[in-house]
Amino acid sequence: MPRTIALLMAGIVGCYGLNWFLSEFIEVVYVDYLNLIGLSIILAVGLNVVNGLTGQFSIGHAGFMAVGAFVGALASILFTYGEIAAGPLEHAGLAQFLLCLLFSGVAAGVLGVVVGAPALRLRGDYLAIATLGFGEITRILLTAQDSLGGPTGLKRIPKMPLLPGASGWDGGTSVFWIYLFVFVVIVLAVRLQRSTFGRALIAIRENELAAETMGVPSARMKVVAFVFGAFFAGIAGALYAHYQHSVRPDDFTAVRSIEVIVMLVLGGLGSVTGAVAGAVVVTLLPQLLRPIEEALGIDGLSMVVYALLLVTMMVFRPQGIFGQRELSLKLLRRLIPGRRKESP
Amino acid sequence: MTNPVLDLADVNVFYGAVHALRGVSLRVDEGEVVTLIGGNGAGKTTTLAAVCGLLRPKSGKVTFRGGDVAGMQTHKLVAQGLVMAPEGRGIFPNLTVEENLKLGAYTRSDKAGIAADLKRGFELFPRLAERRRQRGGTLSGGEQQMLSIARALMARPNVLLLDEPSLGLAPLVTQAIFATIDQINKEGVTILLVEQNANIALKHSHRAYVLETGEIQFSGPSAELRNDPRVKAAYLGEG
Ligand SMILES: Nc1ncnc2c1ncn2[C@@H]1O[C@H](COP(=O)(O)OP(=O)(O)O)[C@@H](O)[C@H]1O
Ligand SMILES: [Mg+2]
Repeated sequence: MPRTIALLMAGIVGCYGLNWFLSEFIEVVYVDYLNLIGLSIILAVGLNVVNGLTGQFSIGHAGFMAVGAFVGALASILFTYGEIAAGPLEHAGLAQFLLCLLFSGVAAGVLGVVVGAPALRLRGDYLAIATLGFGEITRILLTAQDSLGGPTGLKRIPKMPLLPGASGWDGGTSVFWIYLFVFVVIVLAVRLQRSTFGRALIAIRENELAAETMGVPSARMKVVAFVFGAFFAGIAGALYAHYQHSVRPDDFTAVRSIEVIVMLVLGGLGSVTGAVAGAVVVTLLPQLLRPIEEALGIDGLSMVVYALLLVTMMVFRPQGIFGQRELSLKLLRRLIPGRRKESP
Repeated sequence: MTNPVLDLADVNVFYGAVHALRGVSLRVDEGEVVTLIGGNGAGKTTTLAAVCGLLRPKSGKVTFRGGDVAGMQTHKLVAQGLVMAPEGRGIFPNLTVEENLKLGAYTRSDKAGIAADLKRGFELFPRLAERRRQRGGTLSGGEQQMLSIARALMARPNVLLLDEPSLGLAPLVTQAIFATIDQINKEGVTILLVEQNANIALKHSHRAYVLETGEIQFSGPSAELRNDPRVKAAYLGEG
């Protein structure tokens, strides 16, 4: 427990430092990329617990993000302004903001149980179709919800809370908040993976029937894994809403869900490091390609490149960049030459 | 008379419209090795699945240590000491031998006991000790079978259910595995052994049941059944 608190403190200090450094020295566009990467990492690392570790093929992740985004946005608007109305943007209060994130995570998590408990009884293609359907139904229901702004969604979502001493681009603290949750989800995912519980999830992936015969209650555990992913997708949604100051149902189409899958497949299903690497690549790719797209006048080049990238990976490295391996100090030491003790 | 530790009474199982088990009754007494033999598709795996909670019988009773357990969840039964080593070994290919074994103790929390049993497992199967950090998927068929049995033992079973341990193994490897099964039984574990290989199963068991198309045809002491003309004709390849 003291170790956990120390780790969390280190995370807070580190993210604060990162936020300060970027706001002082780096241009806002690059910070924007970084934030989008951060949000992708939260989504990918969360979904990796479901699709990578537990081996379930869920492709409705955007649905949970949407729920988190709208719940968090609505709560934050009501906390900060008392009503949905036009006006200048304000910062959310710290306690209110944290409460909004909690609401978002819990709402998405509860929905994770509601969707996961029946859907996870299905296998393979059927689970994929059910989760895809869930994501699309969520989006369509949100679009039809006039009280939430219908297709144009919610606007004037408060900014993330101010931090003492933070300045720079309009007192921006988004890097701090987004990367704090990047840090939290990575720490939790790594711990989970190394725990007995995590091994049991892998066992379900490798051979569900055998896992059952070991006394692993697989139905229940799959739901727990699913809820973990949903919870953090909800948090990512709320962060996204506060970061963009507006959300529309169409921000959460099936394409967004598929992007997260591409991140995992690219990085290596089952590896936290892989999920992070995949999130970086897939988020940056469209940005890097945009100048080329504009120069050549071809729209949607990034989609073509995704497809090529995936096909190339499938042919040459089907296990993804990292496979199931993790970047660890041990691996780094092995990669750095010299000073290696030869075994006799 | 000894205690029946496991007792099936008139168990019926359906897969949709397929009547897979037709009124199966059998009992396993404390300390015995009982074998259930029968051809492919006879319903042997289904019987074990009904015993260990992987499927719920339509009717009939499954009694384990005096309590009715029909349809009880598998993880509860494992915690009570009814443990199966599944057909086809069920190894987790990307986990190491040691990780596979530790998963066998999933329902336990006594760390010292688990460590002791891990050591015991490696003594029972020295081949596994040599390969403890190797991934399960890289083991040979025989080694995987050893791992499957050793892993089931990690749950400290009172009754061990074995589903075709000889499947796909060379005769010498099968011999070695059955010698270890004898030893496990001598150390106090009751065993219900499912086999297609009637020859070896009858040599390594006290009593036997013969299952055909979901029905128990006959039963008796294994030593007697080995000389039974019906068994000889149908299962031992002798005329
Ligand atoms: N999941 C299933 N769905 C439908 N029928 C099944 C299923 N599993 C087994 N069966 C049928 O039940 C019968 C018994 O199968 P099984 O118990 O696996 O036999 P054994 O283990 O003796 O080879 C077979 O006819 C098989 O085709
Ligand atoms: Mg079978």
